[in-house]
Amino acid sequence: MSQKKSRSRGGGGAAAAGDDHEDLARPPPLQAVLLADSFTLKFRPITLERPKVLLPLVHMPMIEYTLTWLESAGVDEAFVFCCAHSNQVKEYLEKSGWAGRAGAGSMAVTAVESHDAISAGDALRVIFERGMIHGDFVLISGDTISNMSLKDALREHLDRKKKDPLAVMTMIIKHSKPSVLTHQTRLGTDEIVMAIDPETKELLYYEDRADNSNLYVTIDKDILSNNPTLQLHNDMEDCYIDICSPEVLSLFTDNFDYQHLRRHFVKGLLVDDIMGYKIYTHELRSGYAARIDNFRSYDTVSKDIIQRWTYPMVPDVISNRNCSESRLHRQGIYKASDVTLSHSAQIGANSVVGSATSIGDHCRILNSVIGEGCTIGKNVVINGSYVWDNVVIEDGCQVSNSLVSDGVHLRAGAIVEPGCVLSFNVEVGKNALVPAHSKVSLLPQPSNEDSDEELEYADTNSGVTDSPPFSSMRSNGDQATVPSEEDESGTSETGTCGVVGYIWTSGDAGILEEWRQSIAPISKEKLEELQHAVSENDGSEDESNNPTLPDKDDSSDSAVEDDDLISKFEKEVEETFQRAMGGGVNRDNLILEINGLRLAYSLQHADCAGAVFYSVMKSALQAAQSTNDTLLKTTAEALGKWKDLLRNYTKTVDEEMEILLKFEEMCQETTKEFSPLFSKILPFLYDTEVISEDAILRWAEEKEHADESDKVFVKQSEAFIQWLKEAEEEDDEEE
Amino acid sequence: MDFQVVLLAGGTSETLSPLVSRDVPKALLPVANRPLLSYPLDLLEASDLKDLIVVVEGQEAARLVGAWVSSAYLDRLRVEVVAVPEDLGSAGALRAISKRLTANDILVISGDLVTDVLPGAVAATHRRNGAVVTALLCSVPVSGPSDTPSSSGKDKAKKPNRLNIVGLDKTKQFLLHIVSGTEVEKDVRVHKRKIQAVGQMEIRSDLMDAHLYAFKRTILQDVLEQKEAYRSIRLEVLPYLVRSQLRSAPSVGNGRPVDETGNSAVLSSGNLQCLSQHRVIAPSAFKQDVLSRSCGGHRCCAYIAPKSKYCHRLNSIQSYSDINRDVIGEASHLSGYSFSAHNNIIHPSCVLGSKTTIGPHCILAEGSQLGDKCSVKRSVIGRHCRIGSNVKIVNSVVMNHVVIEDGCHIQGSVVCNNVQLQERAVLKDCQIGAGYIVTTGSEHKAESLARK
Repeated sequence: MSQKKSRSRGGGGAAAAGDDHEDLARPPPLQAVLLADSFTLKFRPITLERPKVLLPLVHMPMIEYTLTWLESAGVDEAFVFCCAHSNQVKEYLEKSGWAGRAGAGSMAVTAVESHDAISAGDALRVIFERGMIHGDFVLISGDTISNMSLKDALREHLDRKKKDPLAVMTMIIKHSKPSVLTHQTRLGTDEIVMAIDPETKELLYYEDRADNSNLYVTIDKDILSNNPTLQLHNDMEDCYIDICSPEVLSLFTDNFDYQHLRRHFVKGLLVDDIMGYKIYTHELRSGYAARIDNFRSYDTVSKDIIQRWTYPMVPDVISNRNCSESRLHRQGIYKASDVTLSHSAQIGANSVVGSATSIGDHCRILNSVIGEGCTIGKNVVINGSYVWDNVVIEDGCQVSNSLVSDGVHLRAGAIVEPGCVLSFNVEVGKNALVPAHSKVSLLPQPSNEDSDEELEYADTNSGVTDSPPFSSMRSNGDQATVPSEEDESGTSETGTCGVVGYIWTSGDAGILEEWRQSIAPISKEKLEELQHAVSENDGSEDESNNPTLPDKDDSSDSAVEDDDLISKFEKEVEETFQRAMGGGVNRDNLILEINGLRLAYSLQHADCAGAVFYSVMKSALQAAQSTNDTLLKTTAEALGKWKDLLRNYTKTVDEEMEILLKFEEMCQETTKEFSPLFSKILPFLYDTEVISEDAILRWAEEKEHADESDKVFVKQSEAFIQWLKEAEEEDDEEE
Repeated sequence: MDFQVVLLAGGTSETLSPLVSRDVPKALLPVANRPLLSYPLDLLEASDLKDLIVVVEGQEAARLVGAWVSSAYLDRLRVEVVAVPEDLGSAGALRAISKRLTANDILVISGDLVTDVLPGAVAATHRRNGAVVTALLCSVPVSGPSDTPSSSGKDKAKKPNRLNIVGLDKTKQFLLHIVSGTEVEKDVRVHKRKIQAVGQMEIRSDLMDAHLYAFKRTILQDVLEQKEAYRSIRLEVLPYLVRSQLRSAPSVGNGRPVDETGNSAVLSSGNLQCLSQHRVIAPSAFKQDVLSRSCGGHRCCAYIAPKSKYCHRLNSIQSYSDINRDVIGEASHLSGYSFSAHNNIIHPSCVLGSKTTIGPHCILAEGSQLGDKCSVKRSVIGRHCRIGSNVKIVNSVVMNHVVIEDGCHIQGSVVCNNVQLQERAVLKDCQIGAGYIVTTGSEHKAESLARK
């Protein structure tokens, strides 16, 4: 591996040397950062075994398109940042001849490797630390397909920067198809709302994530007072091609919490107004650019490639490099020269068939891409699907709107319903039916999808065996045969049929997003629903906006938001705390971070106390076994360990009260496990000086007039309170 | 019957006291020596919109306005002056005369609008788009004296009510969102579905609603009837219509292509009507049927006045000074007078003393006399004023029959009818109500003086 590294480095060095003498005549070399990791889970389970950028898109790995475009756009030096499956990416770069090339006219490609990065933000921080970027650069991820000319955008960017050094980034955006329904559904991405100054093209507002709970786009009044005119766009696609100034990298380093390019960085710049930095947009008017974010955009972009919107990035032009020549026939059919095709087989429009593939009698291939070395039996119907290399499909199978990876074996009569994803080497038994939208892999689904989606990445660097343990209820041993639905209903006769591999269950969010992101066409009902949603206007808006009525809506809204805010805050504190538990962060930093969070959410000190206490208790609960004794013991330990931290927040009686109330609330609602232990933990809190007797007595006093149900815990700890009172009296007497 | 015009002339507005009074209702307030109402009336006449109802608040004011209109516009316009109770608000006034409305479309214009945007152009846009309502939007005027740019910014901030936030579609024809009143100062909230439906919306805060609307009569009457609490057209009726357009229309976005094809179909249909003045093709009711059948909803449109046009509402003391200044200054074509080579108008019957100078952008009406060594700059002086010697008048309005004695200084002020300024009185940024007597040597700054 080290050998590879040094070689690729050598390539970069040579390019730099080559640039040196041309430096006087030419502007500084244009650099590009290509992120060869999307830091998302959208292509799982496939990405467990192969990085997303190497997945074939109409026979070519995605990264090939991106690199080809970068080179054609005049980029001199590209840094490929690899993280998950970095070996595979590097190997590919070697094999395909990108790495190690140097000299005038061609682009130098250098692989940058880091295994700690879990987000685009981390990646850019690594790049910054290594000091590779010297001037303006193109930031792109390895799954972006484009044929646009960068010249205009680049010139605009540089001109703007000359006038205003605060213009640090130019985002490329593109009009999406002009229909209400396809504005955002075409690529299956979240809806984007942008506000752009029509004169300067400055980006003023950016919201991505379809958050349906918030029906309104809210634009700050300050933005409007500075910009009398602005355009609100819902009809733009973000191409995820950015031209950045070197300041962007240092911004990522300064703001170490930036992870996501858009959600954190762009929003951060726009909302927090850091140093007055500005982001501009460049609207792409001719040319193609799209990012493959999910299966639907995979489907859409594949079709665009087949229909030659991406020319010259089309199969018959750039696939020459791999020596598998495919030729374009009528109706957008691409066929390799050595395809074995039965006379009775029918290939419909807009299909691609790779070399050394054989297709049997009476097959129908419609709107599909078939890879290399596939064997397709008789009477097979493949519609709107993507079949990768070396796939065996036996007689009578039906595959529609699905993705079938390398080495998959479909036995006779198998039916794959729309929206399925079959990962590498999956076998589907005779006459089995793979239900719609299922994802099948030989690898088990990681049992615990920890933390946020955007922080996650395909983490198996060393390969297949490394994947997290699987706690499946369905599996009965290694590589279980999971009975398909067909099997259960008893229609199968052979008994051996079914699916070899694990059927992944999709998470809660997955079900909601399934229709949006899968290859399967959006169902009619859904379209109607969307159409309806667009047209209908709920009456509540009418009322709330009515100036003659008091704005009831608003007040309730803000209350909800408030609650929401606190729970969000608590969650973040908990996460921060857990990180501290795992080591790493020391106490002072932890306090700093929590204070930072408090400021970010603009909450009171007392809220902090409650949240920290909640986190401590939660940690104790997680560590403990089920019995009360051990829980008490771990709680005592945790409190002992973190008493300093807690004391930091309990400066006044109010904050101590907050902790008590929080404790009570926890016992009643979230973590009932503590409720029998309340009276035992309370003295401990007192002993560790987290809570003073004043606070306890005041709490008891306040609760005296409360409902019976509220008094449960006061009663439970009556003895202790009594004792406190007596102790106080004794003190008085002594004096 | 083509368009019916409703001119809301107001009554004796409190905000303009002491300039307006029982004797001089707002409509008759002289602007460059012409009653305010004559500006919109001339404008309507120029657009060939001659059928109009002038709505005046209060019986007495209505009588005065009626008397003036019948004498000044006899044989030129068919005017009906209607009195309504005071404090109804614009929507209330409209509701009160709702029964008199018969034409398909109603043009509602505020009597205090001084503009050179032809209402006919708004009416034509309204017809062309088959809109339910079309509002005239114009650039927010810069107020304050033009020679002190620093104060203009301050004044603008003082008048937040005049600012609107509007959302327009891509073609800038359709009004998708409007915020007015105190809401303007808050963050802008736009319903996501609205943006989804249109794809792209332009939010502008540099436009104001000029209070000139074309309404479809049936809808207007329905709204006035159903929403009894609505008092203001600008603050309530228009936002309501804009808000509800999305609800009834399945999709504005889909409607657009239909609009284009519908347009061409209508052009060839021969069912055309021309607004003679502008030669703008205005397809009549037929077009509306096509549209309402195709998309079921109503549409709100906007006519955006070109930047070069003058558009100002006289609804405050400041705007009164501004408009006077503009009408004799940069927007002199509005005044209807022809200016001399010195850019001023001095009635031949005026008598000027020796060494008295009248600067550019001034008007001296008939019968006024000035003593020696006077200086008048950028000011309006009414009829039969008697002005002594050594008097300076800058940036001011002096109405009729005013007596100004020797050595007075008047700057940035409004002096109403029959006021007497005794010797060496100094006024700066003052308003002097009718018949008031300013005593010898007194100095006033930023005051409003009126007879008890």
